[in-house]
Amino acid sequence: MVAGVPSSVSAPRRVALFVTCLVDMFRPSVGFAAIKLLEDAGCIVEVPPVQVCCGQPAYNSGDRRTARTIAAQVIDAFDGYEAVVAPSGSCGGMLIHHYPGLFEDDPSMRARAESLASRSHELTSFLVDVLGVRTVSARHAGTVTYHDSCSGLRELGVKEQPRELLRHIDGLTLSEMRAPEVCCGFGGTFCVKYPDISDAMVREKATDIAASGAGTLLAGDLGCLMNMAGKLQREGSAVKVRHVAEILAGMDDQPAIGEPPGTTR
Amino acid sequence: MQPSAHAFAANASAALADPNLQDSLAKLKVGFSERRRQAAERLPEFEQLRDRARDIKNHTLAHLDFYLEEFERKVLALGGHVHWAPTAADARRIIGELCRSVGARTVAKSKSMVAEEIALNEHLEAMGVSPIETDLGEYIIQLRNEPPSHIIAPAVHLTKDQVADTFLEHHRALGFTKRLTERNDLVAEARYVLRQKFLDADVGLTGANFLVAETGSSMLVTNEGNADLSNTLPRMHIVLASIEKVIPTLEDAAVLLRVLARSATGQESSAYTTLNTGPRRPEDPDGPEQYHVVLLDNGRSSVLGTEMQDMLRCIRCGACMNHCPVYGAIGGHAYGWVYPGPIGAVLTPQLLGVEEAANLPNASTFCGRCESVCPVRIPLPKLMRHWREREFERHLTPRGVRRGLAAWAWLAQRPRLYRWMTGFANRLLALFGRAEGRYRSLPLAGGWTRFRDFPAPEPGGTFHARWARQGGARTRP
Ligand code: SF4
Repeated sequence: MVAGVPSSVSAPRRVALFVTCLVDMFRPSVGFAAIKLLEDAGCIVEVPPVQVCCGQPAYNSGDRRTARTIAAQVIDAFDGYEAVVAPSGSCGGMLIHHYPGLFEDDPSMRARAESLASRSHELTSFLVDVLGVRTVSARHAGTVTYHDSCSGLRELGVKEQPRELLRHIDGLTLSEMRAPEVCCGFGGTFCVKYPDISDAMVREKATDIAASGAGTLLAGDLGCLMNMAGKLQREGSAVKVRHVAEILAGMDDQPAIGEPPGTTR
Repeated sequence: MQPSAHAFAANASAALADPNLQDSLAKLKVGFSERRRQAAERLPEFEQLRDRARDIKNHTLAHLDFYLEEFERKVLALGGHVHWAPTAADARRIIGELCRSVGARTVAKSKSMVAEEIALNEHLEAMGVSPIETDLGEYIIQLRNEPPSHIIAPAVHLTKDQVADTFLEHHRALGFTKRLTERNDLVAEARYVLRQKFLDADVGLTGANFLVAETGSSMLVTNEGNADLSNTLPRMHIVLASIEKVIPTLEDAAVLLRVLARSATGQESSAYTTLNTGPRRPEDPDGPEQYHVVLLDNGRSSVLGTEMQDMLRCIRCGACMNHCPVYGAIGGHAYGWVYPGPIGAVLTPQLLGVEEAANLPNASTFCGRCESVCPVRIPLPKLMRHWREREFERHLTPRGVRRGLAAWAWLAQRPRLYRWMTGFANRLLALFGRAEGRYRSLPLAGGWTRFRDFPAPEPGGTFHARWARQGGARTRP
């Protein structure tokens, strides 16, 4: 809790969006979709301008010092917001689970990291668990399947929240794939350091996605989505790939990930 | 065994290209994890049991010296012997001398990854003593002269056909000339061949799942009963176990056994659970005349009290590898040493050094599935990350990666410049990827585009550029 904000405030209103580096660079509409969803749920959304990245590339490469520096920058950027929301389980997991541990030897920074952690949320879990949202105004005619990205699932317990919201969308059918909880092989730098192992993993994923019969693949993390989209498209699959926020915000009229501009569904 | 962890990437590529291995792995991935899931569902208190199992191990590790000495006292009181082996070489020497003292020609072995860790078989063979693996899987890979590829299912990388060929080749001399095709027939033939070996063995050597300080017992679980024959028939029984196998009481063992079998194979309990408590007493109908326990340290005590201590909780159930998608893609041999999978990625750098094994903790997506199934809740990704940090501190991380990281970090701390650069890259990638929406190949991203297309950014600029253009307007673009 931030100083001065009574803990009885049930639904935080002033929300800061953590725009992940991949969303910023490759799929800005995920950020806009998140803003729409949050605003529809009654929040005032702000985007602190100095945010860049959560620091995972350094942290997972063993460069703890750089990870700390970047974490400190993020902590500064999001000071004072009642809630920080990321359209990503992986970056959310970084803020919530890993930041405090980075400052073990620095009590005041650790306290700030813990404060940030306690205010940070993954988008769908913020909507469902914190704001109590069950329905969104979107429509989507078609069958979708949902991949549980690893960090969101195992670090933050994001599993039912996106499904809960999807189930309430008019016209949408959710068809689960075999083993939606198994990693797609992205893993940040893993996919370029061990491309052939990563390929074996994403190939299996692509098979499971095809077998689900869904026309659209959804997930909550852009890294995994780009990995799976890239594989599906290399294999000539017609499955469309989108971030779950796009469907929830009714932004499925724009080209899917890896589709050329001008394509619509 | 000769470590080849440094060649992980090449090992992995070879494994991916091996159709037999891929066949076997496909079955393993579904089988083990499904059985564990069902076993966990059938036991409502499974999660609480995992907590207790973790606590028992943590408590023991915090007082390891006490419990080891307690264990030693009990074993001595029962007429057994305890040998402390600080290193692998010490353990080999002690076991060699014990074998020599009874003029052993054959040693029946059962269930010991630690024996692999110290390369015991090679040592015994060089002494003119034949070690005979009595676990079916171990026996098969011994015939094939291969290392194990899994800690509880050492031959899981082989297909039934490969086993049939191996048996035909090696059992022909014993009069078995028919190529078998049925699983049961293969098992029956192996059993027949092994029976004589049990009777011939002078020494039985087993590992231990647990050493119980309270009673001085060593505890073994198997599904074949081979451990029981290895340790009751020969004159001498040697237990080879690493120091972290000790636990305080039989009651603690009961807790650990409950999570062990369920995590490993999805069984409520393994078919055979054997407690060995000292040599045979005068009134016993059978049992070994001599009972020796060799306690191996081999670098483990140096982990105590460090941030890596959690790795010593491992009870070798194999669940982490059964659920690891990387292990599932490449199998155990690619890890290049005795312990594969996530726990191997944590133990091997400890036991062989980061120089040999730096690849292993890097070959993970940090998906966390290993930690989510580990019965003693070892934070495996966290420990792998620790190794990556040690590696980075010691400048063992590849130069290209270090430079890339440094450049990225420099930029990330200069948000305005970062914005300018990403804005530029974004426009460039969007522009050239416009026609197809993706790239089939991309300079500097060969690792990615060899197997996948690379999605082009959606047009219109980066998020922050668009947001700024709208003056932070809270509406859809
Ligand atoms: S690390 Fe955990 S899951 Fe892996 S073998 Fe050890 S006890 Fe089992």
